[in-house]
Amino acid sequence: MPDIRVRGFAGGISSPNPFWLASAPPTNCGEQIMRAFDAGWGGAVWKTIGEPVTNVSSRYSATDWNGQRIMGFNNIELISDRSVEINLSEMAEVKKRYPHHAVIASLMVATTREAWHEIVTRSEDAGADGLELNFGCPHGMSERGMGSAVGQVPEYAEMITAWVKEKARTPVIVKLTPNITDIRSVARAAKRGGADGLSAINTINSITGIDLDTLIPSPNVDGKSSHGGYCGPAVKPIALNMVQQVMSDASSALPLSGIGGIANWRDAAEFILLGCGTVQACTAVMHYGYRIVEDMAEGLDNWMRSKGFNNIEDFRGLSLPRVTEWKHLNLNYKIVAHIDEQKCIGCDLCHIACWDGAHQCIHLDRVSGPIDGHVELHSIPAEQEARSRESIADTPVTRKERTAIAASQGPYPTPLARIPRVDETECVGCNLCSLVCPVDDCITMVRVDSGVPPETWEERTRGAACAPQPNQL
Amino acid sequence: MSTATLPDDPQLRERFNELKPPLSPQAAVVESNRCLNCFDAPCTAACPTHIDVPGFIKRIASGNLRGSALRILEANILGGSCSRVCPVEVLCEGACVMHRYNREPIHIALLQRHAIDDFHASGEDMLPVPPAPLNLRVACIGGGPASLACAAELRRHGASVTIMERRALPGGLNTFGVAEYKLRAADSLREVELIRRMGVEFRFGAAIDSAADLEAIDAEFDMVFLGVGLGAMQRLGVPGDDQEGVLNALELIAAYKTGHIREISGTVVVVGAGNTAIDAANAARRLGAEDVFMLYRRGENDISAFDFEYEHARQEGVQFLWWRQPTAIQKGESGRLVLNTVQTQQVGETLVPIPDTEFIIDCDLVVPAIGQSPLTQLVQQMQNVAVRDGRIVVDRATGQTGNPRYYAGGDCVNGGREVVDAVADGKRAAIAMLKSAEAIHA
Repeated sequence: MPDIRVRGFAGGISSPNPFWLASAPPTNCGEQIMRAFDAGWGGAVWKTIGEPVTNVSSRYSATDWNGQRIMGFNNIELISDRSVEINLSEMAEVKKRYPHHAVIASLMVATTREAWHEIVTRSEDAGADGLELNFGCPHGMSERGMGSAVGQVPEYAEMITAWVKEKARTPVIVKLTPNITDIRSVARAAKRGGADGLSAINTINSITGIDLDTLIPSPNVDGKSSHGGYCGPAVKPIALNMVQQVMSDASSALPLSGIGGIANWRDAAEFILLGCGTVQACTAVMHYGYRIVEDMAEGLDNWMRSKGFNNIEDFRGLSLPRVTEWKHLNLNYKIVAHIDEQKCIGCDLCHIACWDGAHQCIHLDRVSGPIDGHVELHSIPAEQEARSRESIADTPVTRKERTAIAASQGPYPTPLARIPRVDETECVGCNLCSLVCPVDDCITMVRVDSGVPPETWEERTRGAACAPQPNQL
Repeated sequence: MSTATLPDDPQLRERFNELKPPLSPQAAVVESNRCLNCFDAPCTAACPTHIDVPGFIKRIASGNLRGSALRILEANILGGSCSRVCPVEVLCEGACVMHRYNREPIHIALLQRHAIDDFHASGEDMLPVPPAPLNLRVACIGGGPASLACAAELRRHGASVTIMERRALPGGLNTFGVAEYKLRAADSLREVELIRRMGVEFRFGAAIDSAADLEAIDAEFDMVFLGVGLGAMQRLGVPGDDQEGVLNALELIAAYKTGHIREISGTVVVVGAGNTAIDAANAARRLGAEDVFMLYRRGENDISAFDFEYEHARQEGVQFLWWRQPTAIQKGESGRLVLNTVQTQQVGETLVPIPDTEFIIDCDLVVPAIGQSPLTQLVQQMQNVAVRDGRIVVDRATGQTGNPRYYAGGDCVNGGREVVDAVADGKRAAIAMLKSAEAIHA
């Protein structure tokens, strides 16, 4: 049975599983965190502790997509609005009751050595297993010289990390902001400052939308809004990219706790495949509650079984070598779309996507081979639609008429006239059709032998003074 | 003047409460988001009026409800009644690709109704700005769906149109012949009112019966659209088929929809097994009849009613007598009727009665529902308008008859199909008339 325990992350943090709650409303207090541990979470990063703040109402807004709630989530909430004493006394209680779970203190104080030394000592005295330095909060706190105001200046980040390391007895994790041109610049600074680990990404500066009745952006605080921090499923691709950037850079790479739109075991597995040792979730928990961790743990376990991985380290980082710079990609790799006529439901979204958004090589006619010379000529989508609109259709009112329609279906589940056809000579293998197709495995991208050995852009342009070879034209 | 309407009858509303209640605004958005937005969608192709189904559905999803309704009404001015009466199982929803995906087709009819109801509730007009007048005067004979669709399409392009309706109220079978739990007469009239506000003129009580009437029309109008529908329902053709207590299905439906029949008790026998027969049988049940039988001379697998209609009738408690036909209707005791029947069997191509299988049904009402007779008397007086098998012969794409000034569509051409077929006919004829007028004036 696979073992998903985390042992000695960032030089000493262990937890029953890699699923941690990110520093956020789900980790606001000890009572919540204990319920989360009961539900199955392996660790929790406490809602950032510092000088208590006053929050506004409202605080959150979201981006919905096609009827689905919270594709992306935005907040303008600040750090904990509870006193350091209360937070730390609850932390001590949690650690007493859950000695084997990871409790990380997220910290943000004024930029003085004394302030940081004091909060580090007090947190560790309360029993924190590690410290996460919040250099990422993009709203509110940054206006006061904290949060991303630190995280966007490598020198500050390095300085504060070093101050913390002067005192800390537990692992120090620096949380990175994505609101910066190159996330590696701060990762390197944290590493130089002596950080034991990193967490990424914090939220992304955002305005989620504008109420078209009131013309006020959301969240609306008495008629005004302010940019917030964006997170949730929408940011996962951005987070994965930044995780990869950090983990592929020797002067940045440290044990990394992945954050950004993680809602299920698949997301978690992907972050771990790019090198993360633990993952942190927030938005999904705010949407559905702590219970989502059950499927995260079971799903990861089942996937690891099916792949033969015995523990997290078995697959951590396995996908990192699969990411490279564009110039190292094989220009002679060729794939073309293939449509499974048995699976096609006849929505013809691939056809219109290819015509309007790609390379005009998926057709609704069944013509094969070149017509009218080298290039196949086909009616454009508008002509196709016009023909349908001009056709005469009757309601099949008699049993006989209905039977006749059923009998005219042809050999596939979908009438042949609605099953598109790929012109493989023109297909550039862009994937678009397979992405818009609603049916799993209906459109597959099939490798074809290009007849030429692999060659990258770098190889092709090496010694660019030479004349191009014929097969490179 | 607005179109006359019918008094509201709470008892009727309660007994014929809607079969499919409308979607809430939120449910409509959820359902509209489920639509895949197919290219050149099969639902659109399957609809005789080719409503841009994904187009109107995605407008609901985006919150552009007015745009959604207009998208529907541009293709089908009776989109509201079609959303209630269309047999969508064999049309748009039957063609939905979802049948091959996660099985449940998009609820197109309910979404269409949602958009149109919202438009009607807004009180908006189809033509806020009247089009530039066109030098074309058209008479539409008959005030049913085919004529209404033809008139609206013509009016949209600036022609002046007059609808000649025999009855005091417009809408034809949409107002008088559809089961009230599908389409309320009031909703049909509301739809006609929208067309009237487009500037279509209505003449009620305008029966066109004689050569003189036709001459007058020819003198007043440039072109004529025949949307006259079919004739009266056929009689059973057995002794006693015209006595009191025999009321054909369309008469029964019109009578209860207009408040002339509010209650039925006892036993009712409906003869026939088409969709109208089922509407009548269900109506009899809902009006209070204890036992309602449908008598059909063939078997269960031969009925022309849609499967979902048959299923519905069974749920309403209608009982079926297969392979049996009436032989006579007699006066029974205390004013009741005695229906003599005999079992039938198929011998080759014909049905023959089986001897010694007679039995009688004591009943209170016999409802023939064996189809409408063709309406050809008037048509035969029109020059060059041909009739074959009781149907007016037209060019399929234009609805033009042998007489270039006369067009026709709907039941009088197709022998009796759905509202949506009539609308498609009327629209095609209008477009052809406009083209023809353009050619003349060019």
